[in-house]
Amino acid sequence: MKILVCISHVPDTTSKINFTDGDTKFDTNGVQFVINPNDEFGLTRAMWFKEKQGASVTIVNVGGPETEPTLRKALAIGADEAIRINATPTDGFFVAKELAKVVSEGNYDLVIAGRESIDYNGGMVPGMLATFTDANFVNMCIGLEIEGTSATAIREIDGGKETISTNLPLVVGCQKGIVEEKDLRIPNMRGIMMARKKQLTVLEPSTSESHTKIASFEKPAAKGAVKLVDKDNLDELISLLHNEAKVI
Amino acid sequence: MSILIYTESEGGKLKKTAFELASYASAIATQQGSSVTAVAINANDAEELGNYGVHKVLTVSDDSLNNFSAKKYASIIQQTAEKESASLVIVGSGSNDKFLAPILSAKLNAALVPNVVELPESISPLKVKRTAFTNKAFAMTEVDTEKAIIALSKNSFGLKENSTAVTSESFSPSIPEDASSVTSTDKVSGKVAIADAEIVVSGGRGLKGPENWNLIENLAEVLGAATACSKPVSDMGWRPHSEHVGQTGKPVASNLYIAVGISGAIQHLAGVNSSKVKVVINNDADAPFFKAADYGIVGDAFEVVPKLTEKLKEFKANNA
Repeated sequence: MKILVCISHVPDTTSKINFTDGDTKFDTNGVQFVINPNDEFGLTRAMWFKEKQGASVTIVNVGGPETEPTLRKALAIGADEAIRINATPTDGFFVAKELAKVVSEGNYDLVIAGRESIDYNGGMVPGMLATFTDANFVNMCIGLEIEGTSATAIREIDGGKETISTNLPLVVGCQKGIVEEKDLRIPNMRGIMMARKKQLTVLEPSTSESHTKIASFEKPAAKGAVKLVDKDNLDELISLLHNEAKVI
Repeated sequence: MSILIYTESEGGKLKKTAFELASYASAIATQQGSSVTAVAINANDAEELGNYGVHKVLTVSDDSLNNFSAKKYASIIQQTAEKESASLVIVGSGSNDKFLAPILSAKLNAALVPNVVELPESISPLKVKRTAFTNKAFAMTEVDTEKAIIALSKNSFGLKENSTAVTSESFSPSIPEDASSVTSTDKVSGKVAIADAEIVVSGGRGLKGPENWNLIENLAEVLGAATACSKPVSDMGWRPHSEHVGQTGKPVASNLYIAVGISGAIQHLAGVNSSKVKVVINNDADAPFFKAADYGIVGDAFEVVPKLTEKLKEFKANNA
């Protein structure tokens, strides 16, 4: 089984978000970048398929040279090789188009991507990629088993979960649950040393087409001060919620 | 310009978000002098959309659609959009919407703008505001394609009644094969889902252990609320992942979010930013959540929450 894991290079979850160039660009100053958490859950599941079922694992990213440390980290976790498409990702459509080319040329059986990246939260790349490559698709995947060419996936739905029976080729948009937080792996020294020697292929983009652009960013308006209510005066809280906030 | 909305139903009844989508689409249609068409699948009450400004409902009824299939549903919406020459399709932000929207976008060659929180700033070209960086920012997004899909964030627009003469038409699209099939569904009955909840009561490490969750559950029950938790609580296995709220968990966009014993890490706050009113109960007056909350009580959850639950019971009884 050939697995492709899509890796986004995103600001760490603790990052303060600021913008530059007249609020048109994300300010990367002082920001630490990591593997997108949803992708890391997927990568960890891919490692399981590699170790238990002999799968090969390639990782792919659409991004500039600055994303290579993130790819090296994914290689240190255990992926076999990496592909970087040398382009600034403009929108989800562009990324999905570029990935579709990699998937078609590499004949991957299973593509694992995070359900969304935590920077732009588009949540569209896995579904578009599946559609462009005519593969089956399961989104918000929280469990995945593969047996031959059959797959059983668990999907989170509003208020529960459902089990889906499907076939390869398959694209999943995954999230926490496909593996647990405790299953995540911290690269060890041997992994890091080996990752330096693993192949990282740089490809030039094949299209420049995108569907959307971001005209400007803004930050939420500053929040007013909290109204503190005394713990012995809970009637006041109820009254505020009922009469002022009108939420109960 | 013709606007199409996909209105989700469950058990034959439209979901509340369907009426929010109708309200939103109707506001755009009024500005543009155009009309709103809705497509509803296996819904028996689709005419009710007329109360929220929908002019025409296309109803699709087919037993093979009782289980959700993103591929089939996306194809049906695509066929409706083509039949109606819709240049703007509006969907919601539930888990099924998120499943089908990117497929629909690829099929229609229509830009998908997710997490939209306001009416468009302009229609041609379409410019609309969405959240980014998990609610830590907004991005004004400009669309370059002729057709577009807006995925509206839940609870960002609200319900606006607008009684309209509505016509209903049954529509029989061709339904494609789907190699994927749902083999079982596991839904907790009688519990409010976070995605559908008006009110969410959430607990953190301050509750000290899973055995104390009756505090959260009792408060939630009185309010008809969903229960949720912070990341450490789900990582420690006190509560299931499906309740984890935050940047790597679920976003919450409820009217009221009550956080009990949650300090308010930046990742958690990002996940609850879209909730309208936030109440925090914490014994540490320096907890960062107090800076993000509307109302706060500095106090011991074990003392405050049971009292609050009792008082709310009385309040509910008197205001029923």
